[in-house]
Amino acid sequence: MLDSRYKHIFLLPALLALVAIIIFPLIYTVRLSLSGWDVNFPELDYIGWDNYARAIADGRFWDSMGTLYLMVLFCVVFEYLLGFALALMLWKEVTAGRFFRVLFIVPMCVTPVVMAVVWRTIFHETLGPMNDVLGWFGIPAVPWLSKSGPAFAAVIIIDVWQWTSFMFILLLAGLMSLPREPYEAAQIDGAGPIRTFVHVTFPLMAPITLGALIIRLIESSKLMETIYALTSGGPGSSTETTSYLLYIRGLREFQIGYTASLSIIYLAIMIIALTIFARSMSRLMIGRQGPVRA
Amino acid sequence: MHPRAVLAAGVLGAVGVAMSMPAFAETDYVAKYGIKEDIPGACSYASTDAKDYTGHEITILTHAVPVMGEPVALHSKQFEELTGGTVNVVHAPFGELYQKVMIPFQTGQHVYDIVYGGSYWIGDWAPHLAPVPQKYLDTDEMKDVTPAYQGVASWNGQRLQYTFDGDRNYFKYILPPFEDAGNQAKFKAEYGRDLEVPTTWEEYAEVATFFSGWDWDGDGELEYGSTEIVKRDDVAFANFITRVASYAKNPNVTGGFWFDLETMTPQVNNPGFVKGLEMWMDALRYMPPGGINFGIGEEIFSWGGGESLMSVTWDDAFIQAMQPDSPIRNKIRVGTEYGPSMGSHKVWNRVSGQWDEFETPSVAPYVTWGWGAGVSKYSEEQEMAFDWFCFFSNYANTNHDLLIGRFGVNPFRTSHMDPDYWEKEAGWDRAVAESFTTMLQGMDTSTNRVFDLRVPGVNQFYTAMMAGVAKAMAGEMTAQAALDEVAEEWTRIADRIGVDVIREAYKNVVALEDNVPLDQVK
Repeated sequence: MLDSRYKHIFLLPALLALVAIIIFPLIYTVRLSLSGWDVNFPELDYIGWDNYARAIADGRFWDSMGTLYLMVLFCVVFEYLLGFALALMLWKEVTAGRFFRVLFIVPMCVTPVVMAVVWRTIFHETLGPMNDVLGWFGIPAVPWLSKSGPAFAAVIIIDVWQWTSFMFILLLAGLMSLPREPYEAAQIDGAGPIRTFVHVTFPLMAPITLGALIIRLIESSKLMETIYALTSGGPGSSTETTSYLLYIRGLREFQIGYTASLSIIYLAIMIIALTIFARSMSRLMIGRQGPVRA
Repeated sequence: MHPRAVLAAGVLGAVGVAMSMPAFAETDYVAKYGIKEDIPGACSYASTDAKDYTGHEITILTHAVPVMGEPVALHSKQFEELTGGTVNVVHAPFGELYQKVMIPFQTGQHVYDIVYGGSYWIGDWAPHLAPVPQKYLDTDEMKDVTPAYQGVASWNGQRLQYTFDGDRNYFKYILPPFEDAGNQAKFKAEYGRDLEVPTTWEEYAEVATFFSGWDWDGDGELEYGSTEIVKRDDVAFANFITRVASYAKNPNVTGGFWFDLETMTPQVNNPGFVKGLEMWMDALRYMPPGGINFGIGEEIFSWGGGESLMSVTWDDAFIQAMQPDSPIRNKIRVGTEYGPSMGSHKVWNRVSGQWDEFETPSVAPYVTWGWGAGVSKYSEEQEMAFDWFCFFSNYANTNHDLLIGRFGVNPFRTSHMDPDYWEKEAGWDRAVAESFTTMLQGMDTSTNRVFDLRVPGVNQFYTAMMAGVAKAMAGEMTAQAALDEVAEEWTRIADRIGVDVIREAYKNVVALEDNVPLDQVK
């Protein structure tokens, strides 16, 4: 009994730190969201659910959410496919394998806003090298940052370039930790490379795939720096994501209370969406695969 | 000693001191700090040198290097050497300045002694800034500031910002293509009139279209008609305002360009604004590829590099284009025969609800905010902070900074409107200097100027406005639909902040627009 009490006392500092770091800001944001704190009224008053009602009717907020989800979907799918392909290529011993492993990790180490500025130069319609390269193949110049579709694609290209390496690292680590026995059994059964991949590698990789996808979904949904430096949400509203809109509402316009309510709604939607996604994918990829659990 | 010898020694000594001291002092500052001369006065190098701030410290929040960040860092170091005080300079990109200032201001914390930002934020900053003391207002440098920029720095009759910069949006162009006989003949054949420097946006569109998409300067590259700042959330609002001012600022109408002061109805969707936006949407076809995503950096680079014939933006692009290594140095001119920017023969009259006709184009120059800075009222080192400003904007420093395009310091004193200054100090051709100062004078003497909204929450109004404009520019909506949406949002913003709060604040702007004292604004 005494030991148990001591245990709790020793746990208290860590618990308090946790409360201070995670719980308090969250509670404070909820409190802010119920206030009318604005550029002209810096007070923590109480206005009930007014901010939430306004948010529900804010078309720009919901449009930005739609843009974000579409963007995230493309980014994460491409990153997964490319990352998995690269990991498979470097899984077995290949010439200069270590060099390529380091090389593929480099993009992830660069600050996103710096890379967005570099990519902005690359995508420059007359001076940037991207259109020159396309020209070598007879492809006409693309208005990368001045038309909605290409600008949307440009943001995805940058995100995929930068974060495929994250998928690559996780999936390569997963591949390297796979047991040898299932492969030996597949070989004895006469399975070729494709069948081995479909029936052995892919199912065995399902748990780590799920983890990697969820982490990237969370990270991608915070897409902001690239938008800030590359397109400022334009042309029109074609690349305005929720994080960028929150930045505008909160730090440019100083609508602190309202932005807090948008953040809470955004957080709630993200939690619900990711929970549904994780459960569905878990059932789809892991639940029906006996060998994986074994 | 014999009295004569004493007298002789005294006279010689006095003469020696008289001859050597000023020369020594001036030469010393000139050699040490790279200025042309230390012009005597309360803020000069010599006067600042006499002050002792040893053990005192101030912190300045300013823009990133080079624009404004570089001169602030440079003169802060000099101030430290002269006074013994410590000056910490914190740099931030433009998009971060507002929040970095507002957070400590709103929470009443003392973080920065001096804050830099857009002068149009004065409505938000005013409650937190210390008024400029009279002794600084009485300096020669401050009395030399033009009335327009004195007004820009004032709020409710008090001078709250220390003036060190004056900005404006105006028309600038490369001259030789207009004088080329081949171009003149080709233009006349195509448009049935002589090729002349445009004076209205309609003429501007014709000239820009003519010069768009072909190599008119023979450098092997394609050139275009116009470069402007269009990128969303950059400073494109300034170009939008310059565009719409020609159609929406009516010299016969008083009482508000942005709102009808009496009813507080937003004017942002009136036919004048809509016409200006439609003309701007059309302008995309004669801008360089990617022009819709040009920020101020791209604009300076594009026009300054000779990629387009004309531009309508700040002094920075012009000063940069006049740097010694510029390919278009001394080949450029500014303004039209009617004013600093394009005019219009038709201007919307919101009182009569009709277009007023003008025989000569009505020009509405836009005094484009400019850098503003002030001393925080929470600062415990206000005297040192104001002395720093006094030194920063003294004649010697301003004369030095004005000639460096990347510094972002632009003419704001009456003495800057003398062509001799630009010819002698900057080495410009006389014709360029006269063109530039004529434009400056036109801006300063105009009685039909447009100023920024400058009310509390101005960023909310402006981002809402530019979100709508961006949609129209990208072809997502018509100009009318986009601006209707903006007007609805403006009404909501005004309701949230308080219509009376906005009205009282907006009177400060109307006083500038209507050229009347604040207490005469109706």
